[in-house]
Amino acid sequence: MDHLPTLVTEARQAIQAAESIAALDELRVRYLGKKGEITAQLKSLGKLPAEERPAAGERINQAKQALAEELDGRRQALAKAALETQLAAERIDVTLPGRGQSSGGLHPVTLTLERIEGLFSRIGYDVAVGPEVEDDYHNFEALNIPAHHPARGMADTFYFDATRLLRTHTSPVQVRTMKEQAPPIRIVCPGRVYRSDSDLTHTPMFHQVEGLLVDEDVSFADLKGTIEDFLHAFFERDDLSVRFRPSYFPFTEPSAEVDIQCVMCSGEGCRVCSHSGWLEVMGCGMVHPEVFRHSGIDSERYKGFAFGMGAERLAMLRYGVNDLRMFFDNDLRFLRQFA
Amino acid sequence: MKFSEQWLREWVSPQLRVQELADQITMAGLEVDAVEPVAAAFSGVAVAEVVGKQQHPDADKLNVCQVVDGSGEQIQVVCGAANVAIGQKVAFARVGAVLPGDAKNGGFKIGKAKLRGVESHGMICSASELGLAEETSEGILVLPDDAPVGEDFRAWMGLDDHTVEVDLTPNRGDCLSLKGLAREVGVLNRLALTAPVIEAVSATHDETFPVRVEDAERCPRYIGRLVKGVDVTAATPLWMIERLRRSGIRSIDPVVDVTNYVMLELGQPLHAFDRDNLHGAVVVRLAREGEQLVLLDGQQIALGASTLVIADERGPLAIAGVMGGESSGVGPATRDIFLESAFFSPLAVAGQARSYGLHTDASHRFERGVDPRLTREAVERATGLLLDITGGEPGPLVEVFSDAHMPAEREVTLRAARLEQALCKSLPSEEVQDILERLGMAVSTTEAGWLARVPSWRFDIAIEEDLIEEVARIHGYNRLPVRRPAARLALRPDNEALTPLARLRRQMVARGFQEAITYSFVAPELQQALLPDAVSPRLANPISSDLAVMRASLFPGLIRALEYNLNRQQTRVRLFEAGLVFRGDLEALEQTPMVGALICGTRSPEGWAGDRDRVDFFDLKGDLESLMALGGEDDAWRFEPGEHPALHPGQSARVVFRGEPVGWIGALHPAVKAELGLKTDVFMFEVRQEALTHGRLPAFEPLSRFPEVRRDLAFLLDERRSVQSLLDCVRQKAGEWLQELRLFDVYQGKGVAEGSKSVALGLTWQHPSRTLNDEEINQLVDAIVAESQLHLGAELRG
Repeated sequence: MDHLPTLVTEARQAIQAAESIAALDELRVRYLGKKGEITAQLKSLGKLPAEERPAAGERINQAKQALAEELDGRRQALAKAALETQLAAERIDVTLPGRGQSSGGLHPVTLTLERIEGLFSRIGYDVAVGPEVEDDYHNFEALNIPAHHPARGMADTFYFDATRLLRTHTSPVQVRTMKEQAPPIRIVCPGRVYRSDSDLTHTPMFHQVEGLLVDEDVSFADLKGTIEDFLHAFFERDDLSVRFRPSYFPFTEPSAEVDIQCVMCSGEGCRVCSHSGWLEVMGCGMVHPEVFRHSGIDSERYKGFAFGMGAERLAMLRYGVNDLRMFFDNDLRFLRQFA
Repeated sequence: MKFSEQWLREWVSPQLRVQELADQITMAGLEVDAVEPVAAAFSGVAVAEVVGKQQHPDADKLNVCQVVDGSGEQIQVVCGAANVAIGQKVAFARVGAVLPGDAKNGGFKIGKAKLRGVESHGMICSASELGLAEETSEGILVLPDDAPVGEDFRAWMGLDDHTVEVDLTPNRGDCLSLKGLAREVGVLNRLALTAPVIEAVSATHDETFPVRVEDAERCPRYIGRLVKGVDVTAATPLWMIERLRRSGIRSIDPVVDVTNYVMLELGQPLHAFDRDNLHGAVVVRLAREGEQLVLLDGQQIALGASTLVIADERGPLAIAGVMGGESSGVGPATRDIFLESAFFSPLAVAGQARSYGLHTDASHRFERGVDPRLTREAVERATGLLLDITGGEPGPLVEVFSDAHMPAEREVTLRAARLEQALCKSLPSEEVQDILERLGMAVSTTEAGWLARVPSWRFDIAIEEDLIEEVARIHGYNRLPVRRPAARLALRPDNEALTPLARLRRQMVARGFQEAITYSFVAPELQQALLPDAVSPRLANPISSDLAVMRASLFPGLIRALEYNLNRQQTRVRLFEAGLVFRGDLEALEQTPMVGALICGTRSPEGWAGDRDRVDFFDLKGDLESLMALGGEDDAWRFEPGEHPALHPGQSARVVFRGEPVGWIGALHPAVKAELGLKTDVFMFEVRQEALTHGRLPAFEPLSRFPEVRRDLAFLLDERRSVQSLLDCVRQKAGEWLQELRLFDVYQGKGVAEGSKSVALGLTWQHPSRTLNDEEINQLVDAIVAESQLHLGAELRG
């Protein structure tokens, strides 16, 4: 009996020295298992005189419990250390970039077209598209530009033969829509257009968005309101000054060019606005009765307005692009800037 | 059109600075492009007279001159010009003058100088030295004899003037003259015009030249006059040269200068013929097809039958209203001239100049409409000016006139209600009438509004809307109200099964693609290299040979964009484009919206994770499949091995949707790659947008509560057979409860016989309402194995 303290001390040392859960399990068996040394002590109680047994039994049980706690404590310490080792080993550099395909991006012209389409479709305009190889009738005649009209000189046209050409504007889509659809009509027509012109400020292909609204009781005031709202929304500037200048398009009457206060210099005058403080951004007007006549719409009953703008020009102003030609180089270093 | 501010102010001079004036007419629809000073800054130049001239003692080409400049003393000045002469009035830069040029130092300063030992106190100036001529002048500028000695040259010449360039829209031909611009400025400022007094010239002889107009519809009025004995070598006066110069026109000779001057002043183009080269009579007629004419610019043209010409009895002399001919042109030796002033109808001239590749000041005006009432006034004005310069004897006017063919006088109604509706504003009746009257219309009021008689110079006013525009324009667009259109809120149909193009684009972006926009016309050689059989329309007038034929595929444009980027050290390229392709000849042209893409370089962006693998066919196929998946109709798509001239025959597939071929995918053909000089492997696809946007609405199927049964089968298949053929075969026999057929391994190599491949499939069955038993599954598997063996020679792998 007297060697119980020695046994406990020895066991405690062994437990503290154990370096693994397995070693602890072995110690538990060795001391506390069915054939363990402490258990053996309990079994030997029977050899003691009856009056000594309760006290001896209590001492042994205390020793057993103490060792059990010692084992649990050591087990927890080891588990904690093991977890810490694992965590330390599994540490990564979270600043490394993520894996996999990086995202690409839309072309700035698409961004601009979608933005314009979005603004108008939200107030009830439909998006209409049409062919790019057009005929003389839809591109000119039906828009009140007869053969030899001086206005044909306003845009240099790419021809395939005497009557087939690349559309010079998206207005033919308006004609096609008006022929197919009865008023009220509200459409925007985005798309590629072509003019035989190539220099610093012209590319032979560019994009336009035209809009058309035909209904009863439509006035020049509605046109002005629509254009002003659009420009304020597009540039996200409610204080942007907008002015309407009389102009001429064969398919509208009255016609106007629309200037905005220069968005680069806020109207102070800079290179972009040729120091005038104004930027020409759109053309517009009330649909010419002759265009209605070609489309079979009664111009006494219906009125309409139309407007058109160049997507590249608006994209340049919106994103600060200073060279039109970059839109069609498709240089990845350029395109990535619009992701 | 360019005009001089001072010249305009002789007609009408509002109390506005030049920029204010420019802004005013811009806002009235006459857009001013530029306002430039007519002369560069200079100072210290006076009108002087040359009173002495001696040869420089030590220099052959120099003269030592004495000038008086009003200061009371004779000034010695050395002059190198050959034309300097005693008695001339000249522009004399005094010591201390600052001339244009040497802008960095604020001008070119004139100081005392010694030239070859002789003192020179100033400089006698040439036109170019004063910035009054673009080219270097031959000799000094000689001023008219009445130039006042001692006056400041700049002030005397009126050089503190501006050239205003106005970009007129095609409807405003009436403003292509000082008279027309002044009229408009008068309207805007409520000012009356001061027109120059034009008096009829009295004939000093009665000789005429016969005129016959055979096409009165195209030429309702033709006036001619013979002026005999002119001296074409006489000098055009400085004031006229200056006005022409400030209007952007160079002085040629007095006859040309006078006709140009009158055209600028009044808007009527004129032409002068050399009388000695006219034979028989002047005949105004249509050309005969193929008739030859050598134009003033030396160009020989073959005339078309729709061209109105001025001819004589030997043949055409000029294209009416466009350009004169060389043979009848006026030159230094011309003695007698025949001056033409005519009204050609706009339709007679329209398009004619362009059909010969010409564009002249005359055609520009006649196409837009020249005031038919100007014809006589203009010829009188020109005769008067000409006689002052060249001398000569004017004859009587010959006039051929067909009143019936003159433009009809138009009366246009403007209804007050219509005006109010159009502008959303009720303008006082007096204001409307006042605006129309200021514009030169005779206005009467009617019950509904106004009736306006359109002035002869306004060819653009024919309908009510034209009057509405005029009222709005003069009232001011920016003073008109603003409102928002009202509309009924109507929902529109929306096909949910359609995938919008915008969604396809975003999917490509999510897969790492940049969107490209390439020209719709491409280089024929490139298209030929990629698609030798493609037929697409060719432009008659391409801007360059590189952009001459419409693209029959998105491939050429994408390849060009690839090359552009490869040349700029961009080795990993992922581009897509959406747009039309053009297939077939014009008579049967299809304009088909496509989506195309191209990849090359590494699979992943360069990074630390070490995936340096280069892309292959299946990378791009995966991208395309991700687009297809958007439609929810995966089973409608197939890839069939096929051959496309631009693609590697062993790595290309025809893309089929609902049984219809809709596109291609594959590796760029090695031979094409070599031809294009591309070193990298390139994979491309293009597919009809319509197929990608069409899909199927999701349809729910109840989930089964019963267990799945899975069997894995590995087949040995001839390597030339496609996996698709095995999948089709398996699916055919797998019964209706097959839920999923998954390809989980394809293997060739050790353990698999040469010429075969091992294809491992996982089949999953599930019944909606009961548990499937082994027996029925075994039967299906047996049927699959038997069918695969029978049709494909496929063996189940042991």
